[in-house]
Amino acid sequence: MNPKHPFAAVGAPVERVEDLRLLRGRGKYVDDLHCEGMLHAAILRSPVAHGRIRAIDCAAARAMPGVRGIFTAEDIAQTSKGSIPTIPLRAAPLPELVRFEQPVIAHRKVRYVGEPIALAVADSAALAEDALEAIGLDIEPLPAVAGWRASARNDVLLFEECASNQPITYTASKGDAASVNAAYVRRERLRVQRHTACCMEPRGLLALWDGAQAKLEVSGAAKVPFAVRRALAQCLDLPEDCVDMIEADTGGSFGVRGEFYPEDYLVPFAARKLNRPVKWTEDRRENLLASDHAREVDMEVEIACEKDGTILALRGRAWVDMGAYVRANASVQPCNIAQYLSGPYRVPNIHVQSTMVLTNKTPVGTYRAPGRFEADFFRERLFDMAARDLAIDPVEFRRRNLLCKEEMPYPFATLRPPERKGETDSGDYRIALERCLAEIGWAEKSRLQGRLIEGRYHGLGIGCFIEGGGAGPRENARLVVEPDGSVSVYVGSANLGQGLETVCTQIAAEALALPMERIRVFHGSTAHLKEGFGSFHSRSVVMGGSAILAAAENLRGAIRAAAARRLGCAVSDVVIGEGLSASQAAGGKTLALSESVPQGLSAEGTFASHHHTTAYGAAAAHVAVDARTGRIELLDYVMVEDIGRIINPLTARGQAIGAIVQGLGGTLLENLVYDEEGQLLTASLVDYLLPSATDFPHIRAILLEDSPSPHNPLGAKGGGEGGTVAVGGVVANAVAAALVTLGVEPRELPLAPQRIWHLIDAARR
Amino acid sequence: MKLPAFAYACPETLEEAVALLAAGAGTAKALSGGQSLLPTMAFRLVAPSLLVDLRKLPGLDRISLGEDGVRLGAKVRWRDIERDARLASAHPLLARAVAHVAHYQIRNRGTVGGNLAHADPAAEMPGVAVTCDAELALTGSKGTRVVRAADFFLGPLSTVLADDELIVEVRLPAWPPGRRWGFEEFALRRGDFALAGVAAYYDPDAEGIARNAHIGVIGACHRAHRLARAEAALNGRAADEQAILASAEVAAAEVDPPTDLHASAAYRRALVQTLLERALLRAAS
Ligand SMILES: Cc1cc2nc3c(=O)[nH]c(=O)nc-3n(C[C@H](O)[C@H](O)[C@H](O)COP(=O)(O)OP(=O)(O)OC[C@H]3O[C@@H](n4cnc5c(N)ncnc54)[C@H](O)[C@@H]3O)c2cc1C
Repeated sequence: MNPKHPFAAVGAPVERVEDLRLLRGRGKYVDDLHCEGMLHAAILRSPVAHGRIRAIDCAAARAMPGVRGIFTAEDIAQTSKGSIPTIPLRAAPLPELVRFEQPVIAHRKVRYVGEPIALAVADSAALAEDALEAIGLDIEPLPAVAGWRASARNDVLLFEECASNQPITYTASKGDAASVNAAYVRRERLRVQRHTACCMEPRGLLALWDGAQAKLEVSGAAKVPFAVRRALAQCLDLPEDCVDMIEADTGGSFGVRGEFYPEDYLVPFAARKLNRPVKWTEDRRENLLASDHAREVDMEVEIACEKDGTILALRGRAWVDMGAYVRANASVQPCNIAQYLSGPYRVPNIHVQSTMVLTNKTPVGTYRAPGRFEADFFRERLFDMAARDLAIDPVEFRRRNLLCKEEMPYPFATLRPPERKGETDSGDYRIALERCLAEIGWAEKSRLQGRLIEGRYHGLGIGCFIEGGGAGPRENARLVVEPDGSVSVYVGSANLGQGLETVCTQIAAEALALPMERIRVFHGSTAHLKEGFGSFHSRSVVMGGSAILAAAENLRGAIRAAAARRLGCAVSDVVIGEGLSASQAAGGKTLALSESVPQGLSAEGTFASHHHTTAYGAAAAHVAVDARTGRIELLDYVMVEDIGRIINPLTARGQAIGAIVQGLGGTLLENLVYDEEGQLLTASLVDYLLPSATDFPHIRAILLEDSPSPHNPLGAKGGGEGGTVAVGGVVANAVAAALVTLGVEPRELPLAPQRIWHLIDAARR
Repeated sequence: MKLPAFAYACPETLEEAVALLAAGAGTAKALSGGQSLLPTMAFRLVAPSLLVDLRKLPGLDRISLGEDGVRLGAKVRWRDIERDARLASAHPLLARAVAHVAHYQIRNRGTVGGNLAHADPAAEMPGVAVTCDAELALTGSKGTRVVRAADFFLGPLSTVLADDELIVEVRLPAWPPGRRWGFEEFALRRGDFALAGVAAYYDPDAEGIARNAHIGVIGACHRAHRLARAEAALNGRAADEQAILASAEVAAAEVDPPTDLHASAAYRRALVQTLLERALLRAAS
C-alpha cells in the first residue's frame, strides 16, 4: 500500500461510520426486530444449584390462554433421537473435556442456579413469564459444591459417572523450574474473583423456520456466527447450508456474547417445532445468571530470583473455577493463566499447572483478556513483594527482567495438552515502560509513595504487560463491484460495537484507492461468505483486515484482466487509477470502472496465519486511599501500548479506554458472589457493581506504533484487550504502596472498600 | 422481567384514590414515581391486583415554606427539591441529603411520598425526617392522621401505613438560623444507596455550647432512627474536637447495623463513627 495516495485512509482519525446511525436511534438491535406471527419465549431456570429433577408438571402452563408451547428435556429428547444435544467445545476440544459439555436443557440433574429447565412460548413475553410461574417443579436437592476446595474433595460429584470434579490439568513448562536453587524465593496465594462482561445489550435471538424450504434463519448472532451455525446445524440435524446466522447491531460482546449457548438451541428448536417465528430477549437477571461468567481463580505462585532481582523461575498452581460445565471456549482461561504467567519478562524456567475445577455455579467462558488479567495480577503483585523484600526499586526490578528487542521473538512456556508453543513477535518493551513512567510523572510522584496527605494515603503502582491477538487459522473477505461504482466488502469478522465497519472501510478504501463513501461493509452473517471465523482474540483487524487486502489485490487483478480485454493490451500494461479506472500504460485510453468490468464483478481473498501478534505496554496508577473507609480514589491511570500499525487512532483509543474501565470494574467493583448453597447473591445491577460514567474520570491511553507486526501485511497487532490486562496488578500495587506503613498487602480482588478496611483493621490488631 | 398482569386506575381525587385502595383490601397499591414499585413487580416479588396511579391527584406536588417549617407534598420529586433555591436556607440539611439520592433519571421521577412509604433503611429522606422530628400526614378512609416520623418506620420496607392510607405530606419543623449541621454518607458509587449515613445538627447557645443535638443514622440500621446516646454525648458541651470524637465513638457503639454482601456490621459501625466525626467537624467549622 502506498500511504501517500489521496485515499490514504489507514491511520486517519476518522469518526466511526456507525455512529451517526446509532446516535440517531436508527440502530437495529435484535430486540428491535419484529415479524408477522412472532411468538415470545421465556425460560424456566433452576432455582437450586444442585439437584435431581424428579418431575416437571407443565399441564397447567400448557392450558393457559396465549401459551403456544412448553418444552422440556423430554420433548427435546423425543425429537433428537432420544438424546439431549450438548454445547460443543469450540476452542481446543479435548476428549477428556467432552464428558463435561453442557446439555442444551437440564436433563435428570440441574447443576447451577439458572440452568434452563423448560422453555415457554407464548403470544407475549409477559404471558410466557406467566406460564413459567405455572410450571410445577419437583427437584430433590443435592449438596452444592460452591468453591474449588469443596470441588477438589470430590465427595460430592457434579457428574457421578466421571468420578472427579476436575476435568483436566494443563501444564506450562520451560527449562527446569524444579531444580532451580535461588538465593531468594517467595511463595504467595492470590485470588481473582468471579466477574464477567456485562454487555449493555443483553443477548437475544429471533428464529424463523421456513417449513417449505426446511431452512432456519436466526438473528442475533455475534462474535462467531459461523461456528455457532455449525454447532446449531449439528444439534438440529440440519445441513449447515440450511441455517443462516444473521448479525444485528450488537451492544457489546467482550468474548461473552455470541458463543453457542443453550438458548441458541432452544429458541430455534421451538421455532421449528411450532412453525412460527420465536423471539427471546435475555433480561438482566438472566444475563447475570446465564451468560458466561469468568475469571475466578485461586493461585499459589512462587518466584525465584537472584539477590539482584534477576528472575530465575516461576512456579505455580492455579485452580480455575469453571462453574458446572465446560462450555464452548472455557479452556482459554486456564490455558492462558499458565502459559502467559511470564508476560513480557525474561523467565528461563517455568512450571505452572492450571486445573479446571467444576462447581455448582454458572459456567465460565472468555472475557476480554482471558487468563491474562488474572495472570498479570498474580505476577505483578508478586514482583512488587519480591522487589520490596530485596530492597530493589519496583521499576528497576521490571527494567532488569523485561525482554529486550534483541531477544525477539522470545518463547513462552510450552503448554500441554495438547502441545501449544508460542512466542512474542516484535517490539522494544522498554520504550513503552519509559514512556509510561514519563507520562505519569513517576520520578516526581514517587516521593508521595505511602504518604498521608489530607487524610489519605497516596501510592503509585506500575506493571508491564503483553496482549495476544490475531488468532488463526484464517479469515475471508469478498469484494463486489456495484452498479454505481461502489464496492461492497463482505468479511467474516463480526461487529460487536468495536467499530469494525469503520476500520474495514478504511482498509478497503486505501487498498482500492476509493473514497470511504464508496465502500460498504457487510459482516457477521453466514449468508455473506462460505466461511468466516468471527471476532475474538483481538483478531478482526489483523485477520479480517488482511483478508480485505488480499481480496482487494485479487479485485484489482480481475479489473486489470477485464480492462486488458477491452483495451486489447497485455494485462501487465494495465494501470489502475483513481476510482478503480483502468488505463493502458503510457498515456493510453482510460476506462471508467463501469466500462471495464462486468456488473457484479467480485473477488475473494483469504488471509491465513498461525502466528499470534503480541502488542505490549506498561501501565501506571496513582491512588489515594482513605484508611477510615477503605475507599480508593484513582487519581491517575496511564496506559501506554504499542499495537503495531494503527488503522484508526480514534477507535483504537476508544477501545483502550473501554478496556481499562472494564479492568477497573473487575479490580475495584465487580464481584459475582455465591453463598454456600450456590445461590448467586448479585443477580441484579444493584449488587453487581458496574463502573459508571462518573467513577473513573482520570484515565489516559497512549498508543504507539513503533513495532509493526511482522506476521501480516497491515503490520497490525490485536489491540482490543490490552487495556484490561494490566489493571488488577497495577492498581493493587498502588494500593499496597499507599498502605505500606500499615502493613497491608492486597492478595485478592476486588479491592472493595470493605475489603481494604478489613485488611487495615486486621493489620492493626 | 415483564410485569405480572394488573388493573390500573388513575383517580382524580384523594377520596377516590383512598376508596380504590380500601376496596383492594391490601391487594391494591399506590403508584407514584414507580422507581421502587415497578422494579419489584418486574422481578415478580410483588403482584398487586390494582395500581392506583397518583398522577392526577391535585395539590400534592407543592413545596411550601412557612413559619412552622417546610411542607413537602407526597408527589414532590427529588428534582423539585434540588431546583428549589429557597431550600438552601430554609432547610439546608434536606437539600444536601437529597443530593445523594439515586441518578438523574430516577431523580426526575422518584417522589418523597413513595420513598417514605417504601421505607428503605438506607434511604436519605427517612433519615432527614426522623432526625428533624418531622411529621407525616396520612389520609385513609377514616380521615387524616398525623404520625411522627420516628413512629412511622417499623423496619426494612415496613411502616405503620394502613392498606387504604396514603402519605399526603411531610412536615419538617422550621430551621432556625445559626443551626450547625452536617450530612455525610458512604455509598459504593455515586447515587447508590448508602452503606451508612448520618444526619446531624445542634443549636449552639450564646456560649457556644451545643444544645438540642439531633443525630440520625441511615444504612447502618434496620430503620432510620436517632442516636440518643451520641446526642447526649454532645449536648451541653462545647462542640470541639474532643466532644465530637466522643460523640462519634458513642454512636459506633450505639448502632446495631446489619451485615450484608457489601458491608459487615463491624465495617458499618466504623463507617458511622467516621461519618459522624466528619459531619460534626463540618458542622462546627
Ligand atoms: C437504581 C436506583 C437507585 C436508587 N437510589 C436511591 C438512593 O440512593 N436513595 C434513596 O432514597 N432512594 C433511592 N432510590 C429510590 C428512589 O429514590 C424513589 O424514591 C423510590 O423508588 C420511591 O419513590 P417512587 O415515587 O418512585 O415510589 P413508587 O415506586 O411509585 O412507590 C414505592 C412504594 O410506595 C408506595 N407509595 C407511593 N406513593 C405513596 C403515597 N403517597 N402514600 C403511600 N404509599 C405510597 C407504593 O405503593 C409502593 O409501595 C433508588 C432507586 C433506584 C431504581
